Amino acid sequence: MTANATVPGLLLANVSHRYEREPVLRGLDLEIARGQIICLLGPSGCGKTTCLRVAAGLEPIQEGRVEIAGVEVARSGFSVPPERRQVGLMFQDYALFPHLRVVDNVAFGVREGDKAAKRRVAMELLARLGVERYAKDYPHVLSGGEQQRVALARALAPQPVVMLLDEPFSGLDRRLRDRVRTDTLEVLRELSIATLLVTHDSEEAMLMSDSISLMRDGAVVQSGTADELYSQPESAFAASFFGEVNVIEGMAQNGVVVTPIGTLATLHKDGCKVRVFIRPEGLNLDAGPIDEATTTEAEVVESHMLGPICLVRLKMRGNFAPLTARVNEGGLWETGKRVRIRLDPERSFVFPASQEM
Amino acid sequence: MGAEHETVVPALNQGGGVLSTRAIAWLSQRRGREGSGSKNIGGWSALAIGVALLVSVPIFVVFAYIFVPAGDVWRHLVDTVLGAYVVNTLWLVFGVGMGVFVMGVGTAWLVTMCRFPGRALLEWGLLLPLAVPAYAIAYTYGGLLEYSGPVQSTLRIWFGWSRGDYWFPEIRSVGGAAVVLAFVLYPYVYMLARAAFLEQSVCVIEIGRTLGRGPWRGFTSIALPLARPAIVTGISLALMETLSDFGAVQHLGVVTFTTGIFRTWFGLGDQAAAAQLAAILLAFVFLLIVGERLTRGRAQFHHTSRRYRELPRYSLRGGWAAVAFLACLLPIILGFLLPGGQLLAWVAETESGTSGGRLWWNAANSLMLAGGASAIAVAVALLLAYGVRLNPNPVTKSATRVAGLGYAVPGSVIAVGILIPLAWFDNMVDDWLRTSFGVSSGLLLSGTIAALMFAYVVRFLAVSLNTVDASLAKVTPNMDGAARTLGMGSVATVGRVHAPIIAPSLMTAALLVFVDVMKELPATLILRPFDFNTLAVYAFELASDEQLREAAAPALTIVAAGLIPVALLSLAISRARPGRAQVAVRP
Repeated sequence: MTANATVPGLLLANVSHRYEREPVLRGLDLEIARGQIICLLGPSGCGKTTCLRVAAGLEPIQEGRVEIAGVEVARSGFSVPPERRQVGLMFQDYALFPHLRVVDNVAFGVREGDKAAKRRVAMELLARLGVERYAKDYPHVLSGGEQQRVALARALAPQPVVMLLDEPFSGLDRRLRDRVRTDTLEVLRELSIATLLVTHDSEEAMLMSDSISLMRDGAVVQSGTADELYSQPESAFAASFFGEVNVIEGMAQNGVVVTPIGTLATLHKDGCKVRVFIRPEGLNLDAGPIDEATTTEAEVVESHMLGPICLVRLKMRGNFAPLTARVNEGGLWETGKRVRIRLDPERSFVFPASQEM
Repeated sequence: MGAEHETVVPALNQGGGVLSTRAIAWLSQRRGREGSGSKNIGGWSALAIGVALLVSVPIFVVFAYIFVPAGDVWRHLVDTVLGAYVVNTLWLVFGVGMGVFVMGVGTAWLVTMCRFPGRALLEWGLLLPLAVPAYAIAYTYGGLLEYSGPVQSTLRIWFGWSRGDYWFPEIRSVGGAAVVLAFVLYPYVYMLARAAFLEQSVCVIEIGRTLGRGPWRGFTSIALPLARPAIVTGISLALMETLSDFGAVQHLGVVTFTTGIFRTWFGLGDQAAAAQLAAILLAFVFLLIVGERLTRGRAQFHHTSRRYRELPRYSLRGGWAAVAFLACLLPIILGFLLPGGQLLAWVAETESGTSGGRLWWNAANSLMLAGGASAIAVAVALLLAYGVRLNPNPVTKSATRVAGLGYAVPGSVIAVGILIPLAWFDNMVDDWLRTSFGVSSGLLLSGTIAALMFAYVVRFLAVSLNTVDASLAKVTPNMDGAARTLGMGSVATVGRVHAPIIAPSLMTAALLVFVDVMKELPATLILRPFDFNTLAVYAFELASDEQLREAAAPALTIVAAGLIPVALLSLAISRARPGRAQVAVRP
């Protein structure tokens, strides 16, 4: 296969899939260049895993088409079987073959050479991932992190063009996860494999990927870098999916929406009910003297020091839900303290109230 | 979520052989949604439905006889014996139910929650009575406790009594039958109760202690209620065996539905009346299953704590340790060592060579039938299991369930349900040949080995189905996906991934069916070809002639075969401790 840089490693164009008449994917578009890592992010049941299975050839599609390295592998009524697609697939549960030793698990998919040659390839990969000492063990004696590495080695062994990872780190404990993640990414980038990683963890997506495709109800609702998705969400769903947000109800009037803690420009027409989403770090607190005339005043009801930042819960006067702020200066904010708060327009977003979160 | 805990319910078998723990687990299991990669394999559905229909023919035939107008024989039965059948059956169910509850739960609690010398050995030994078919224990106790038996004779010599001087419990009675049945059936309850106690997180019990429950109140207010669903299931299994038992009640002279079916069929020669008795027995079984479901209700407790530790057992000392030891030893002695020892003694007493030839001949017949039936049962189970895997639609799933229903149906009922349609078929062919060609075909299918094999497959398919199903579930859909993306086609995937993983379980399934067929008595008696004997039939005929010593050799052979599944079972139990699986995984 020629490494044509202009041809995407994996392309899904307008793909639809139904499971027993229930649509799971509705016109999904996705493009991954070689060496690029794309995260498919979304809540459970949004169709991310199905998307992965479609790319692998484990599910047929009813509409659209799938290409791998420029070659069409699926369209309506046609599907190249998974064994001829050059895709590597790694599952959340790793799905190692329990009846084979680690080295034979990895050698399972190597196509060329005799048994010894296959094992050599397997050993090289195991060594590359630092688990060669378990080569003769059976998978069940390995820890989760080791199993993950073996599964990765097994998926890499046939030299796939596309690597599909289904929540590959969710089974690992936090400490281990960071290290395994870094190692995995390094290998995939180095082999310039087009990688599709499925996760429901927005932090993981931001940490790992070149680009994120946010999915909902079987379609991609927004694609972009982590920064774009975090700073310029295009919907209430996108805004609320990346971490906590404070929500204030309001109404658009003359191109702005006025809240007790600041005014935001909006394109929504007059009288439209809107919600203002403010990230916790988009709330600026000021401990200066309180001006009784202003309404931008709140009381600290709870305060937690989280190392570099302080998490502050605030209660505004009037009938408003408590707000949460992340503040990185001023040390611990004492409970009971009265402060002035103001929203940061860069970190606040306005969406119609009719939009689902 | 995969958080559903899997109750460890291994297989076991008894006398006529219901194996039902496996079967029940199989019936009540839920299946997840599997990969829908190959939707176009519609042939599997048709095949599965075909097998399910074929296998359920006997049950439908018997069921249909409820609607056949009653004949003279039936009215005669109603006037004379039907009342006794119902009363005896109810007494048996009550007696065996109480017996297995007390013995099963009591011993299970002692071995899981207490520490005393010999506990580990008893824990395993309490399964041993499973190896003894109900008819075998009935032969030994019948021989030991009858008037001329060694026990009464010894008592008379010691005390100088003669007939009428003393009272001695009559073994040939409903009570006697209930006692001997309870001694070989309590392991069902023991096993399930023990698994349930072990599964209970120690945290739950410790919380109970901190909330002021002592050991005994902790047992009655926490452990017992939590184990209730398992105990109810265990008792129902024991009662299902009780209802389907033929050999023991026949030998002890207790008239029940199974003996009634036999007598009506052969003695009175009335097939319709026999089928109607079978239909009533089927209704009892049905009631039992419904009762089990209702009693268990929605009480499927999910474990709230996922922490397991080695159970902190109460250390028993001195007298209490001795009491616990004896309490656990007694069922083993009475359910296994004594009957087994008596059979062994009888074998030693008989002169070798008197019946050696017939014994070997019958053993060969048993081996042939058991081997053939187990191979077929496993093949059919594979077919159905793959049907569901490749085409997991509601139709294939329910067809597979129907195919497993035979586990609950007594052997005599199945035999009647098979013989009636076969006889009808034979007569039809014969009539047609006579009128068309003037030749008679005689009996083509009735009384053939094929009919017998069919009965065994109907009866024990659930056993193989459940084992094969469980082993195929070990090959997760993700493993299929992994193999496919690693370059294997579907055939290669089956060959290189499925086959090595499921092969040992196929052996286990075949072995379990094999042993069950070895033990099977009532269906074999009714369906066997003329003058064709198996070990079970041979032992039964000798025992009926009061040639107990001669019956001992074939009975002992069956007990020995029955030890195989018990060994498998204890192995599975020792491996399947919740929380212990993690030991294999290094942190």
